Amino acid sequence: MLSAFVDALLLQAGYNAALVAIGAALLGIAAGSGGTFLFLRKRALVSDAVAHATLPGVGIAFMLMVALGGDGRNLPVLLLGSALSAGIGLLAVEWITTRTRLAEDTAIGAVLSVFFGFGIVLLTIIQTMASGYQAGLEGFLLGSTAGMLFADAVVIALGGAISVAFILVLRRPMTLVAFDPEFAAASGVNVRRMDLAMMGLVMAVTVIGLKLVGLILVVALLIIPPVTARLWTERTERVVLLSGLIGGFSGYVGAALSASAPHLPTGAIIVLVGFALFALSLLFAPVRGILAALIRRREFQLRVHRRQGLLALARNEAIFDGLTLSVLRREGLIRQDAVATEEGRAAAAKTLRDESRWAVARELYEDAAESARYDGLAPIESVLTRDAIAEIDRRLGPPAPAS
Amino acid sequence: MSAATLELASDEGRQIAHPAPAESPLAVRELTVSYGEKPAVFSVDATVPAGSMTAIIGPNGAGKSTLLKAALGIVPRISGRVLVFGQPLAQAMHRIAYVPQRASVDWDFPTRVLDVVLMGLYRELGLLGLVRRQHRERALACLERVGMAEFAGRQIGQLSGGQQQRVFLARALAQNADLYLLDEPFAGVDAATEKAIIDVLKALKAEQRTVVCVHHDLATVTQYFDHVLLINLRKIAEGPVATAFTAENLQKTYGGRLATAHIDQLKLPTV
Repeated sequence: MLSAFVDALLLQAGYNAALVAIGAALLGIAAGSGGTFLFLRKRALVSDAVAHATLPGVGIAFMLMVALGGDGRNLPVLLLGSALSAGIGLLAVEWITTRTRLAEDTAIGAVLSVFFGFGIVLLTIIQTMASGYQAGLEGFLLGSTAGMLFADAVVIALGGAISVAFILVLRRPMTLVAFDPEFAAASGVNVRRMDLAMMGLVMAVTVIGLKLVGLILVVALLIIPPVTARLWTERTERVVLLSGLIGGFSGYVGAALSASAPHLPTGAIIVLVGFALFALSLLFAPVRGILAALIRRREFQLRVHRRQGLLALARNEAIFDGLTLSVLRREGLIRQDAVATEEGRAAAAKTLRDESRWAVARELYEDAAESARYDGLAPIESVLTRDAIAEIDRRLGPPAPAS
Repeated sequence: MSAATLELASDEGRQIAHPAPAESPLAVRELTVSYGEKPAVFSVDATVPAGSMTAIIGPNGAGKSTLLKAALGIVPRISGRVLVFGQPLAQAMHRIAYVPQRASVDWDFPTRVLDVVLMGLYRELGLLGLVRRQHRERALACLERVGMAEFAGRQIGQLSGGQQQRVFLARALAQNADLYLLDEPFAGVDAATEKAIIDVLKALKAEQRTVVCVHHDLATVTQYFDHVLLINLRKIAEGPVATAFTAENLQKTYGGRLATAHIDQLKLPTV
């Protein structure tokens, strides 16, 4: 199994597997970077409506080709059909949202289910009418990689390259619209057109991803990578870039994994690899991750307890809180029996001094940014300049003798 | 605006104390805007004088922000015309800088303070122009003017409300416009920010640029502005603070919502 996986990773697992792996990686890059803008615009679910709306187009394109005496399985024509019906679905969502009182989530739900339902009816009809054809259109639901041709990979590569070029050209206005649509409009960006462009991008990715991962799962490739990337960086361009990389990595590794054992569904494995990256990021991302947040909270809590403990020592109050006691003990500020050590008394006096300096500072800089930075914990030396502190000390008078 | 025009403007500024009232920076005629079938702004005529600091004043829901947004083409208008420096909006849009309400954006957006200011250079950079050092330096200089240069690398969500407002102002400064439209720039900011903002706005006025603010604090109107536009769905009054910002006009604008005692406290100019 492992060696099969390594073979697949190195594209040594056969022609078809190599094609699938490369195609999935390219698709992942296009989906990850293209999905980012819709995610930042908080309209990620529109992609779900778009994806489901592709199905009737696939059915109708197939029927038309058969009616014209063709084979019906010509991929570019099927994708063209899917793009057309996805476009209609997209416009329907847009129209319902802007022209009626219904909200976008309602529009998405309605379009998604109606188009998908219609598509399923068409697929059923196709199966009965052309039983000899074994059309294999169900593959568009969950993706199928078995009969992937070189031409299919070329379609993905071309579509992906066009999508990436599109992102490169429109990244600036798309970012403006996602962050601040009113300002974008006042800067001369046509917000409506840019919104349509974002969704058009998602539509293109969906269409080229139909064959490989299927319309139900392609949505995950559009949403999971940007959400994952967002956990690692605070800059839009990096979210786009990282999201593309995460999408590409998920596609490649997922395809290799599914090739390393028989009967593993490629699309689903790709999505699960993406999810694994997301779960790891959610836990371990440096600033926005769960673990980092927990550690920050704990550190903050310890700082609060330390400060409160020192103030209590300075005022000769008894300390009852177990955590406060253990914090002070650990630093050698109090003895086992909670009596302050030499060091503890010095630290306590300093904290008290800091507190009274802050009291003066708050009066002195009422409303100013300096006093806005008082959080009850930061030593005043870390916020104010030496001169400002000297001025405060002048007002405070000589320090009280440490007792 | 090119450097040459800028120079020209400041040259004129030195020579003429009162610049000739050429084209008004912003004039609306019979402007009506409506959300659904309920007008938010009804048939408003208004002219903002060049080089003025104009406050748009009125109670909540009076259509102040809507008027501004309609003037910018952000919300569609039902009827009426908007002229910017005597031209239709589309041709003069590049001469306007806009500062939206702070609450209108998601501050958790993945972007840094400097990146937000760089957004003000969009018209200049276009789709493919690279952000060069001179652009970054200009953005930093704009941050400097609002006292936020040291925060350039911060994610915008880590700022206080007042700091966020100053970043928005810096972005508008980067646009280097002739007409500044600000939507409630003083709403919910600290005193230091209020001072920083008003200083920048007064500096803009000194550079012969025109400033229009939606403003809600009646107590500071006489101190900050020289021109007012009072609206409550319709226009109630417009003109210099000395003649238009009167107790009578305020009573008409706010109706019973403004107690007479409150008006007395404003130390209004007596007519």
